[in-house]
Amino acid sequence: MFYREAGQFKTSYSADQALLPIKQDRIGLALILVTAFVLIPMFGTSFFLSSIMIPFLVFALAAVGLNILTGFAGQLSLGTGAFMGVGAYSCYKLTTYFPDVNIIILIMASGIFSALIGVVFGLPSLRIKGLYLAITTLAAQFFLEWCFNRIGWLYNDNPSGAIEVPQRLLFGVPITGPEAIPEVRYLVILTIVAVMTLLAANVLRGRIGRSWMMIRDMDIAAELMGIRPLRAKLSAFAFSSYYCGVAGALMVFCWIGSAEVETFDINHSFLILFMVIIGGLGSLTGCFMGAAFIWVLPVLIRSVPSALGIDMLAATTEHINNIVIGCLIIFFLIVEPHGLARLWQIGKEKLRNWPYPYAN
Amino acid sequence: MEFLNSIFIAPFIDMGSAPDFLLQVVWEGFVSGVLYALIALGFVLIYKASGVFNFAQGIMVVFSALALVSIHKAGAPAWLAVILTLVIMALLAVTIERVVLRKLVNQHDAILLMATIGLTLVIKGVGELVFGGEPQSMITEELGIPTGSTVWEVFDGIVIFQHIDIAAAVIALLMVAGLGVFFSVTRIGRALRAVADDHQAALSVGISLNQIWAIVWFASGVVALVTGIMWGARSDVSFALEIIALKALAVLILGGFTSIPGAIVGGLIVGIGEKLFEVYWGPLFGGGVEAWFAYVLALIFLLFRPQGLFGERIIERV
Repeated sequence: MFYREAGQFKTSYSADQALLPIKQDRIGLALILVTAFVLIPMFGTSFFLSSIMIPFLVFALAAVGLNILTGFAGQLSLGTGAFMGVGAYSCYKLTTYFPDVNIIILIMASGIFSALIGVVFGLPSLRIKGLYLAITTLAAQFFLEWCFNRIGWLYNDNPSGAIEVPQRLLFGVPITGPEAIPEVRYLVILTIVAVMTLLAANVLRGRIGRSWMMIRDMDIAAELMGIRPLRAKLSAFAFSSYYCGVAGALMVFCWIGSAEVETFDINHSFLILFMVIIGGLGSLTGCFMGAAFIWVLPVLIRSVPSALGIDMLAATTEHINNIVIGCLIIFFLIVEPHGLARLWQIGKEKLRNWPYPYAN
Repeated sequence: MEFLNSIFIAPFIDMGSAPDFLLQVVWEGFVSGVLYALIALGFVLIYKASGVFNFAQGIMVVFSALALVSIHKAGAPAWLAVILTLVIMALLAVTIERVVLRKLVNQHDAILLMATIGLTLVIKGVGELVFGGEPQSMITEELGIPTGSTVWEVFDGIVIFQHIDIAAAVIALLMVAGLGVFFSVTRIGRALRAVADDHQAALSVGISLNQIWAIVWFASGVVALVTGIMWGARSDVSFALEIIALKALAVLILGGFTSIPGAIVGGLIVGIGEKLFEVYWGPLFGGGVEAWFAYVLALIFLLFRPQGLFGERIIERV
């Protein structure tokens, strides 16, 4: 009743091919953007911004990156954490070599290094498929982790082995380093994430994105129809790693402020994989839902015992958290393998027919 | 020239000049290779029978070892603790089959893999909740595993063999032989092979898939317990083992997902290879290369033989 396309006539091709052809979707997106850009920074407490919204956005961007590779191009990867690390470390090196260049440019540029590394580790995908490929991406994960640990040049031979973020200004306002206030960092991340998501949405429905999906659905058939697997697979790896790299750089520069090897270990890769699975493989909206779910759920679980007045150790809640997330993953895989995004789609479908149970 | 020399010549001169040390390194590698092979064996068992790539095998090793130690600590004698742990692993197998696998029949490989990753989280959480997260020492003596060491004088030097390592190798050998007999002679073993060959054909001749899956998960639980005991005896039992267990994945790639001899040979190649590489080439890279050697070896290997050493040829039909 409220959500339907009836009466919305398209009179030009461009209107028909718009990213959001239905008016209600456009209104909804505008509302979300207004909330995100205006209301949240105005009314959100600094805890809410820096512990919930900023991590959520960073993880959502990384999830978009992994989803491009796994959900759209069908190449399962367990090395996301390492690719984020490449972004973070190269951004750190760039800030030491080019202290005067605008930090936003450096963050965006650091993704390029990540993309290059991603292409190198994506090369085996031309011969290896499926589970075998998933395991070879572990090679990327452990090799890069070792590099972050052993190559002193990467962290400027800092004795603690960590990279620490220098302060950088944008329009005279600090956006990185300990001085930067959460509102500013939040807005910077939000802008980058919004722009990059828009870009991803358009790439995915364009020529390149459709070639990825063809490779995913059946690579031999795609090859027969004139898609070059080399180009399609490597571009998917490059694109995905670029997103992960930028997410990694944002994570260190605008969120945690310093990073060590452990920040980008295998568990980090799994965390993002869980977000993609729960959110929904092959859906951009799903990335955001999955990131919100996986990131906010532990916060909720941690607050439940204290709300009920039960005294519980932090470690215990951590274990319960593991169990709950594990169960949810299995639950989703069994009940709805396409994740939260699919549930959302079903909901929209129901809304279109409401108040009738069936269409027509 | 200097660099090439240090890669291609110097390590071999080192090896030749101290053969007793070389032997010791190879032996150490052999032993850790046996342990990798044992974990890989658990993977192969499940993959053969159900096509599920069981990511949770590593955590099952930790879980079973922790259960054993904790039950013993609670006052049960060692033999009872082993039996109780086996009961727990059987219950776990049945639960996994009932709750997870039965619902996911016919799903895509990747979905099953992710389900086992979820399973890993659950088992890990339960394990930490029940047994605590601290490392525990294995009840080596109570289980009757020898702990001494033998010194072998050879090449004007000595090579030390820990008895526990010898025991690990012997037990692994016995277990592989036992599994071989089980697969080829017993009724259940043949049913397992039938299921591995073709699910539907096996169903049509009256083999119960659900039963077979529970059995095979239990079998890999037993393998996990043995691995956990042997590994725990060498170091402590802790959740850190889980990361090391991931190396078994590289072993699998070398050996092929479906081959038991492949798992053994792959385990030995990875174990010996990474020790040699760490000792003789590691200093060139600044040490710690053990962390990635196995995976990079597997990656390079896959480029030439995508199905592994002994794996079945992958034939794709369009």
